[in-house]
Amino acid sequence: MSPAEALPGASSPSVRSPGGGQTLAEKILARACGNPSVVPGQIVVGQVDLAMAHEQGAQAILPFHQMGAERVWDPERVVIAIDHWVPASTEGAATLHQMLRHFAKEQHLPHFYDIGRHGICHQILAENGWVVPGDLAVGTDSHTNMLGAMGAFAVGIGPTEYAAVLATGKIWLKVPPTLRLTADGRLGKGVYAKDLVLRLLGEVKVTGATYKAVEFDGGTIQGLSMPERFTLCNMTTEMGAKAGMVAPDERTFHYLEGIAKHSMHPVVPDRDARYEREVHVNVDDLEPQVACPYSPDNVRPLAEVAREHVRIDQAFLGSCTNARMEDLREAAAIFRGEKVAPGVRFIVSPASTRIYQECLKEGLVGVFTDGGAVFTNSSCSACFGGNMGLLSPTEVCASSSNRNFPGRMGAKEAQIYLMSPAAVALSAIRGEVADPREVL
Amino acid sequence: MGTPLKGRVWCVGDDLDTDQLIAGKYLTIIDPELLKRHVLENVEPRFSQEARVGDLLVGGINFGCGSSREHAPAALKAIGLGAVVADSFARIFFRNAINLGLPAVEAPGVRALFQPGDQAEVDLERGTVENRTRGGSVRFEPFPKHLKEILEAGGLVEKVRRELHPPAPGAAP
Repeated sequence: MSPAEALPGASSPSVRSPGGGQTLAEKILARACGNPSVVPGQIVVGQVDLAMAHEQGAQAILPFHQMGAERVWDPERVVIAIDHWVPASTEGAATLHQMLRHFAKEQHLPHFYDIGRHGICHQILAENGWVVPGDLAVGTDSHTNMLGAMGAFAVGIGPTEYAAVLATGKIWLKVPPTLRLTADGRLGKGVYAKDLVLRLLGEVKVTGATYKAVEFDGGTIQGLSMPERFTLCNMTTEMGAKAGMVAPDERTFHYLEGIAKHSMHPVVPDRDARYEREVHVNVDDLEPQVACPYSPDNVRPLAEVAREHVRIDQAFLGSCTNARMEDLREAAAIFRGEKVAPGVRFIVSPASTRIYQECLKEGLVGVFTDGGAVFTNSSCSACFGGNMGLLSPTEVCASSSNRNFPGRMGAKEAQIYLMSPAAVALSAIRGEVADPREVL
Repeated sequence: MGTPLKGRVWCVGDDLDTDQLIAGKYLTIIDPELLKRHVLENVEPRFSQEARVGDLLVGGINFGCGSSREHAPAALKAIGLGAVVADSFARIFFRNAINLGLPAVEAPGVRALFQPGDQAEVDLERGTVENRTRGGSVRFEPFPKHLKEILEAGGLVEKVRRELHPPAPGAAP
């Protein structure tokens, strides 16, 4: 499909409601359930376009068989990506991996990203074009929301539900009301998509979008690259959202050119769509932000926290939120020729093996390791406190990841500050929470 | 779902995320009987030892936010809880609990009604939670038909099994 054919304009023959406009989420769900329109609160059964699992998928195997299912509904629509423990760091993880390998073989699942071609599941879906505009996608990870940046409805589910999807290809969903977050203006130097989403989190809080779809719009969003949109949609999970999305445009189609794995059904929201709530920000004066312990919505201006000289023990540049090539380049630009502060560890974990290889080609691995950073293979790494890079009770971490609840990265008392990749890099150099604008 | 659930109450606060229910380091454990030893261990260390079958867990707003891990409701179910009742739930926890056949009852105002150790009665049909120790009650919207069917089947596994393999006409129920 060429971008021109796929481009949805105001006169596009996309799904339209007979009376009253529909949001992006409503249009995608209407198509998925085969209705001309849907309304918030309605329970619908939708046809799934893509079903992704990581290690948690192993827990779907037993219920899949208990349901009496024999074959996966469509092996071409199933992606399995190993990402939490790569390579296995415990016997338990090794067993989960083995269960998934056996299941993939038994069910003839061709799209299994095993160790060696691995990456964080959401990045695997993005860079291989597994989710396209108009899709209803599900995944066994809460940050599946990230794929909404493709103009899709991408939603996180648990393994029992995943088993039901594997068996039937369908999922029940309550049509969510939509929260529209619009941003206008230009992001300044040292201010990134991460700062914008943290600012919005500070505004709507961790329950502000519970059960809702979040639709991003406005001039700022239209100007963002796909990786930046991934960061935004990724952290709608921290707002409690069922899905976070951006309407597809030329950038979306350009990103997916040559890699889209199935046909697109792009839709855009109607001009008269009904939103439950609208929040608008102008980003011209937006400063870098930081989420302080112990909640992603405990957001303050980074410069203010930097003035308090918050000492860190670890800096983590990784996770599905911010470990793409663009993120690593921003961080490397600051870190080049510098050293990690004495007594601090700096862990850099690219979001996929492909990104790892690009870092090798561009010389970024050397930039980080020459300065004393640990450059790891691709995985969820330190983000989830179950594999590596864990924190002791009195330790503090500057992180480009997405959550800082108690115990997220190890000890329940450990403190995590969430910020942009550039801010993480400078914090690693300074040994304390730092504002990247000071060196840009 | 006809008989009201009666049980002793355990209380937790707002925004209790799934990392606090089951920490990341336990995610490679998938046997609920082993998982339940670690449930809430950083928040309420006595819980996994002392909670009894039929007890009720009462939470605040945004219960179960964070990761999609089904380990959290699976461990609570293995403990034998009658239900989790909270002012509000994060969506994935809510779905996971229902899918496992563990009632997740969203009853705004419920947290303020209880102290640890109180006796509660939850009527899923009428949509009421009552404090039998101190008095007072709150109402909630009873489950819609679709969710009721999942709970009545004992979880999504059995519901899907019945759909995939419907009993032959005339067969004994």
